[in-house]
Amino acid sequence: MVQKIAENLTQDEILLDYSHDLKKQGFVLANIDTVIKAFRAGSIWPMTFGLACCAFEMMQAYNARYDLDRMGIVPRGSPRQSDAMIVAGTLTNKMAPAFRKVYDQMPEPRYVVSMGSCANGGGYYHYSYSVVRGCDRIVPVDIYVPGCPPTAEALVYALLQLRRKIAREATLFR
Amino acid sequence: MLKIKILLKNIEGVLTDIKKTVEITPQNEVKLVVDKQDLKLAISLLKDHTALKFNLITDIIGVDRINQEGYEKRFDVIYILTSTSLQTHMKIVVSVDIDEDIPSITDLFIGADWLEREVWDMFGIPFDAHPDLRRLLTDYGFEGHPLRKDFPVYGYSEVRYDEEVGKVIYEPVKLQQDYRQFNSLSPWEGLNSQPQQDQAQAVAMPGDEKANV
Repeated sequence: MVQKIAENLTQDEILLDYSHDLKKQGFVLANIDTVIKAFRAGSIWPMTFGLACCAFEMMQAYNARYDLDRMGIVPRGSPRQSDAMIVAGTLTNKMAPAFRKVYDQMPEPRYVVSMGSCANGGGYYHYSYSVVRGCDRIVPVDIYVPGCPPTAEALVYALLQLRRKIAREATLFR
Repeated sequence: MLKIKILLKNIEGVLTDIKKTVEITPQNEVKLVVDKQDLKLAISLLKDHTALKFNLITDIIGVDRINQEGYEKRFDVIYILTSTSLQTHMKIVVSVDIDEDIPSITDLFIGADWLEREVWDMFGIPFDAHPDLRRLLTDYGFEGHPLRKDFPVYGYSEVRYDEEVGKVIYEPVKLQQDYRQFNSLSPWEGLNSQPQQDQAQAVAMPGDEKANV
């Protein structure tokens, strides 16, 4: 190893060299970042956070026709087992502290998809006395899905965008 | 129609000692207006009398009559009773003023508990002798009663997460854009359908200047 570094080879060249040797012994050598990216992007487990009618479209996205399960996107009932959270519906003032608590319980790295007008910016209830004007006042949001409610396709598209985002930025250490 | 008239007669017969007005509404239902002090007696008679048996409280509704003509007191409280044996509804209307309490009927109908809590929450009408008169729907520590007509629709406080404090905090409302009243003014029909004496008084809408280009 020391000898090879001294020859001013790049990291990839060194790895390629070693992988040729290791292949014969039944190993595969890969960049750890790439592996982690593939794992994280390939199995997003969103926390179900259905607050209002948007939750119906979220259910449709999970059901047979669009079937998010086949993309490795499986709904979880617990924040401790989930990677992302789909905020589907109207976030009220009374719900806001509980919502933040659920977000805080999620393990890093965590992502938030804000689904529908109400979660994006209050929507129809923007001037209401009891509704938070956008869930980004409570948690940082990665993807906004417009619509009232967004169609199931829109949510599937948003989750594919989230997958691209994760695949682009995911590293072992942030 | 005949059935409802018989019911009206029966109700009048049962409540002979009570000062009241009974009428049939356009929706073909019996409406009974009583005073606050007679409310519990009236409801218990309607509930227990064998000819009526209004044994189910369906809903309790508050109405804010602020600035409305023909109403002496600020609020109306409307009780909707159902008789499962007669298969019919009736409503009882009681008027109360602001800061005036109204007797609770939770000892007659246990189901009235949350209904009265909701009316208290939304209108601020206190129910006397209610076992647990807390707010039902609004936020913990909420101030004001939102269905009163003098309550601003955007309320008094809003929430956001504070990174420094590390929790969700309450702040006075600061709107990014003022609340606007959209009347029935529609660019298609709202303006033209309203009577206008003078063309010069017509309201200009955005885009009107392009009409005569």
